[in-house]
Amino acid sequence: MEVNEQIAIDHGLKKDEYKKICDLLKRTPNLTELGIFSAMWNEHCSYKSSRLHLKKLPTTGKKVIQGPGENAGVIDIEDGDAIVFKIESHNHPSFIEPYQGAATGVGGIMRDVFTMGARPIANLNSIHFGSPQHKKTKNLLRGVVHGIGGYGNCMGVPTIAGQTSFDSSYNGNILVNAMTLGLVKKNKIFYSKAAGLNKPVIYVGSKTGRDGIHGASMASASFDEKIEEKKPTVQVGDPFTEKLLLEACLELMAGDSIIAIQDMGAAGLTSSSIEMASKGNLGIELNLNKVPCRETKMTPYEIMLSESQERMLIVLENGKEGLAKKIFDKWNLDFAIIGKTTKTKNIELFFDNEQVAKIPVNTLVENSPMYDRKWKKSKLPKKIKFEKEVFSNLKIKGVLQKILSNQNICSKEWIWRQYDHTVMGDTIQKPGGDSGVVRVHGTEKAVAATVDSSAVYCWAHPLTGGKQVVAESWRNLISVGATPIAITNCLNFGSPEKEDNMGEFVECVKGIGEASKYLEFPVVSGNVSFYNQTKEVGIKPTPSIGGVGLIKNYKKMITMDFKEINNLVLIIGKTEGHIDQSLFARTILDEKNGPPPEINLFNEKNNGQSLLSLIEKDYIKSAHDISLGGLITAVSKMCIKGNKGIKIKRSKSLISEIEYLFSEDQGRYIIEIDPKNLKEVTKILNKNSVHHEELGIIIEKEMIINEKTKVTIDELKSYNTNWLTNFMSS
Amino acid sequence: MKSSVITFPGSNCDRDMDVALKKFGFNNKMVWHNDNELPKSDLVVLPGGFSYGDYLRCGSMASKSKIMQSVINFAKSGGLVMGICNGFQILVESGLVPGVLLRNKYLEFICKNVFVKIENKDNPYFKNLDKDIFEFHIAHNEGNYFCTGDQLKEIEDNNQVAIYYCNNNGKTEEKFNPNGSLKNIAGIFNKEKNVLGMMPHPERMIDKSLSGEDGSLFFKNLINNIR
Repeated sequence: MEVNEQIAIDHGLKKDEYKKICDLLKRTPNLTELGIFSAMWNEHCSYKSSRLHLKKLPTTGKKVIQGPGENAGVIDIEDGDAIVFKIESHNHPSFIEPYQGAATGVGGIMRDVFTMGARPIANLNSIHFGSPQHKKTKNLLRGVVHGIGGYGNCMGVPTIAGQTSFDSSYNGNILVNAMTLGLVKKNKIFYSKAAGLNKPVIYVGSKTGRDGIHGASMASASFDEKIEEKKPTVQVGDPFTEKLLLEACLELMAGDSIIAIQDMGAAGLTSSSIEMASKGNLGIELNLNKVPCRETKMTPYEIMLSESQERMLIVLENGKEGLAKKIFDKWNLDFAIIGKTTKTKNIELFFDNEQVAKIPVNTLVENSPMYDRKWKKSKLPKKIKFEKEVFSNLKIKGVLQKILSNQNICSKEWIWRQYDHTVMGDTIQKPGGDSGVVRVHGTEKAVAATVDSSAVYCWAHPLTGGKQVVAESWRNLISVGATPIAITNCLNFGSPEKEDNMGEFVECVKGIGEASKYLEFPVVSGNVSFYNQTKEVGIKPTPSIGGVGLIKNYKKMITMDFKEINNLVLIIGKTEGHIDQSLFARTILDEKNGPPPEINLFNEKNNGQSLLSLIEKDYIKSAHDISLGGLITAVSKMCIKGNKGIKIKRSKSLISEIEYLFSEDQGRYIIEIDPKNLKEVTKILNKNSVHHEELGIIIEKEMIINEKTKVTIDELKSYNTNWLTNFMSS
Repeated sequence: MKSSVITFPGSNCDRDMDVALKKFGFNNKMVWHNDNELPKSDLVVLPGGFSYGDYLRCGSMASKSKIMQSVINFAKSGGLVMGICNGFQILVESGLVPGVLLRNKYLEFICKNVFVKIENKDNPYFKNLDKDIFEFHIAHNEGNYFCTGDQLKEIEDNNQVAIYYCNNNGKTEEKFNPNGSLKNIAGIFNKEKNVLGMMPHPERMIDKSLSGEDGSLFFKNLINNIR
């Protein structure tokens, strides 16, 4: 087939991009070459709309071993240990085929982590669905949860935390973001940079099929009514093969045979071979007849663009082929020498003794398009003036019931009990806490991880929203007693070709950057997912932040359940009554306008570090950060988990009771202390100028607010636990 | 005391079991599914996981592994063989214990703590335990025990039910059954009581920082019984 402009457009390339390809090659590409360009130059692989802005993120720090640009980020957790971690989206495929889309998302991110030599030790996920009333929501949720569990459970990696939300902006575009943490010795990290000439290029893992061809291009486009036709572009996962691949790779990595290794993720053999060559400033030559195929008569075009899962590409040291083959034979995996590194700086493909493609590697990578897209700055919305009567007419108990049973607050146990969260025997904080925590096997250390997003705040004011998500991640780590180290981000947005959506992206990234810089909480890996859009409607901007922190002695880990009757409960941080964009305003008052709560980074840092020092001194019995749903929601969860009540004192604050209980001011935590330590705790907080106040005292079985509102723990439980189970069985 | 844990392709609780056995004093060896001979062992454990990706039926392909002939001979000669979760599935597929394990009643994977009641302590696994109700952890998709009426009669006549799902007071009602198992059966012996298959994972309950410590009681008692 003769390539022309129309064929290029059908491949998702723009007219001027096609012209650029012809100029770079000084000729018309053949179909295989065009396919390779389209795979490398799509948004998903090239970051062409986002690169310019991502460059501004802080990515370095004392604990950072590897920032963005590799398969995953790497941080130092002392004693020669390191954590490899990353979050990645699998949004488009999960909407088309929820089970396989979600499963292969989990498989893909685990491969990114073990490609670097790390054994995966924890999985997390952030999943977002349309309105519960939407006809697709229930099936999508069920399929995604089954898919995440199906893959992670089989791999034997615990799923320790996650986040789920429902919002009508996801009706046509759900979000599935999967995150994995792996453990590796600092001196045994593997990278994707090829080195040396005439080194054998090895293909291992599953055979190549026709599944997932153009998956990355599909993920770089908006949806329309023909979306169902895209099902064949979704890959099919086989976690069993991936488990074998994991064990085989780690066995080979124990020796010194590997020069470079890269998993075949988006754009399969194309991007893996080109990335290794590009990073090593080398050429690569592949004989496609040697690629193990599971279907007959596959063409070079199909072989290069397949996104079949569970495959790896390795550049080996000469003479290690036999040793490597023995390991992959033991694990019953395909092993083939399919090419070698060359000095030509070209990617050259051969099939049936003919050269079928020859492209300079730099044209695919360095010369890929980069756009400075037009974007629109958003204004901070005006604050809403709420009438005092609106608040005073409300019954606290009724409001609390509605908030605790809201789909975005209620217990998500229906989801996480379907994930194996205890395999590997080191999970010391399971899902449902502020962060999941796993011990570093055989040591005193533990690693905490959380994944967060606040699409409503980001939608109301992207800059503030971007900051808020990072701050919330930081707070969730501190609440379990972990020192925050670094983050990974998954940036889910609408079309970058629309100024509004591009503006949301630019300003959220700016907010993320400001907060992570101030909090010394750098971004070490991430992924951008644009085009989460159906026709003209985009999702609310949803950056998901995955945070990782270290607990030096796991016995000092903090949980949120109230521990002991008569202990005192304090609030750290000031409650100012910011109601705009709160869950209360949106669900009880149906008020969707106004600015999100302001982020004061100085207070965030100061409050968080002060709490950590109290934890270090063993003063803290339980802690929980205040976020969605406000103070009373946070306290309710501590009561539910601890099966204890609380007597809340009348606040000295001038704001109304409703504002006090349901506002979503940031930088706040609730802590439980032994009354005998009150003086010491107060002294430390005063010394650090941390605003704090006493909230109340722990009592049995009942929550009493200002002596008039009484709610039993059983009532709180019934509000909070049933919504999701009832929804899924209705 | 010597123990062996078999690793099948897709096993994923083999390391956890190794950690647990060593913690309580076993000298444990990992054994590859493709080996012919078991090392000299006082206890052989088939661990949890997804051997052969659960393809065909859970445990079915692993039951035909090379090492299994040696495991079966060991069991027939009276050796202690314990299968946990996927290991239990492998035991039923090999015919070492009666019955089958079907998909969970609610068609969902389930991961949580459960209480189980020990019915019969006249066996090397449970004798000398000083309590009857244990809090264990389950994590499975196919733990719904089933057998024919005749088989059930034989099992009950021979006291072959090892543990039942129950509540914290030992009540074995249907509402405390997490997966639809016949009569709340969570684990079962062979006739001679030297082979034990059970769905719960005692190896995940060996430390107070984990889901609980009842697994520790089980393993401490087990090694003392074998000594």
